[in-house]
Amino acid sequence: MVTAEKARVATIWLSGCSGCHMTFLDQDEALIDLAKKIQLVYSPIADVKVFPENVDVTLVEGAVANDHQEEMIKFARERTKILISLGDCAVTGNVPALRNAWVKSDEAVLKRAYIETADVNPQIPTEVPELLPKAHPLHEFVKVDYYIPGCPPPSGVVNYVITELLAGRTPNMEGKSKYG
Amino acid sequence: MSIGTTTLKIDGIEVTVPEGTTILNAAKANGINIPTLCYLEGLTPWGGCRICMVEIHGTPKLFPACATPVNTGMEVITQSEKLREYRKMVVQLLLSERTHVCSVCVANNACELQKLADELGVDHVMFERNWTSQEIDSTHKSLVIDRNRCILCTRCIRVCDEIEGVHILDLKNRGKDSQIIIDLDQKWGDSDYCTSCGKCAKVCPVGAIYVESEALSETKDKHIAEFILSRRNR
Repeated sequence: MVTAEKARVATIWLSGCSGCHMTFLDQDEALIDLAKKIQLVYSPIADVKVFPENVDVTLVEGAVANDHQEEMIKFARERTKILISLGDCAVTGNVPALRNAWVKSDEAVLKRAYIETADVNPQIPTEVPELLPKAHPLHEFVKVDYYIPGCPPPSGVVNYVITELLAGRTPNMEGKSKYG
Repeated sequence: MSIGTTTLKIDGIEVTVPEGTTILNAAKANGINIPTLCYLEGLTPWGGCRICMVEIHGTPKLFPACATPVNTGMEVITQSEKLREYRKMVVQLLLSERTHVCSVCVANNACELQKLADELGVDHVMFERNWTSQEIDSTHKSLVIDRNRCILCTRCIRVCDEIEGVHILDLKNRGKDSQIIIDLDQKWGDSDYCTSCGKCAKVCPVGAIYVESEALSETKDKHIAEFILSRRNR
């Protein structure tokens, strides 16, 4: 995948806290070197409406928790060569999946979040994507090529994985796979 | 060969150890590291977690190093691609069996399961997780048990029985339904016999038993059983 042209990189934000995107930005000065090698073609920090075609690397933050996200991730998978689960929510389900342990219905989840624990104006939101019965890690829906666990993952590991992939090598995750 | 010793090969290296030594201790005495999880120095080996499985030349079976005594002429392999894959799978099965969410766990950064996953490069779990919601008992004045995080290593049971000599902890049920129980399956706060020594929390490899409002990195002490035994035997 090493080409004379810049690699086309995308990032997606599903059910996560944005911390993994923060960790991506937290590469600090390493971003300057990275910027010479990549073109950011889709991301919450880039104003692009539709996930483009022919993406080389896509980093995905967050668990798959609603029908829109399920559709989104399948769509992105078709258009991506290398798909990476970034962070514990994408890798394990993590915090968004805590609801899996105590309740199996989306109604109960919404009631808990928007009625029972609301201080003012309790109401269940409408015209938003429908929750799936459970929140899932990415690889339960699509083929994932690489995993970067961590909550958030250390920015050095994110940089290591991207750099290795851009150089056409396979990253070795031993000693770099700490959850939490 | 002198009387009372056994000579064998571990990873191609010839070693001589006292008769009856386990493969794990023979390896350790010769600087060879075999990963463990349920094993704890000072407690009777349990052989339940299957992390320390090794290959022995001439048999297709794998053996738990912590519970297998050495034999003369034995050729043990502690590191191979097959063992690496098996150990990774054991960690994945443990992570999927109950509810392990490191980011919100009291044992985060002080957890042996988390550390093992990191060392072995278990960067994801191929099995669907069970997301259990088992009973959490916080009725004791300081000790808490969250059974969702328990990996059934039985260190707590063994330390309570063998070191503290109380044996208020035990197991009920079988397989995935196994549970750590207190006394005859009652609330911890109702136990007349718990001495509140806290050794169970000290040896718990994960965040299943902990001291309320105390960092687990402070609580944990892997050497407690070994230390007490060494003092007793002086």
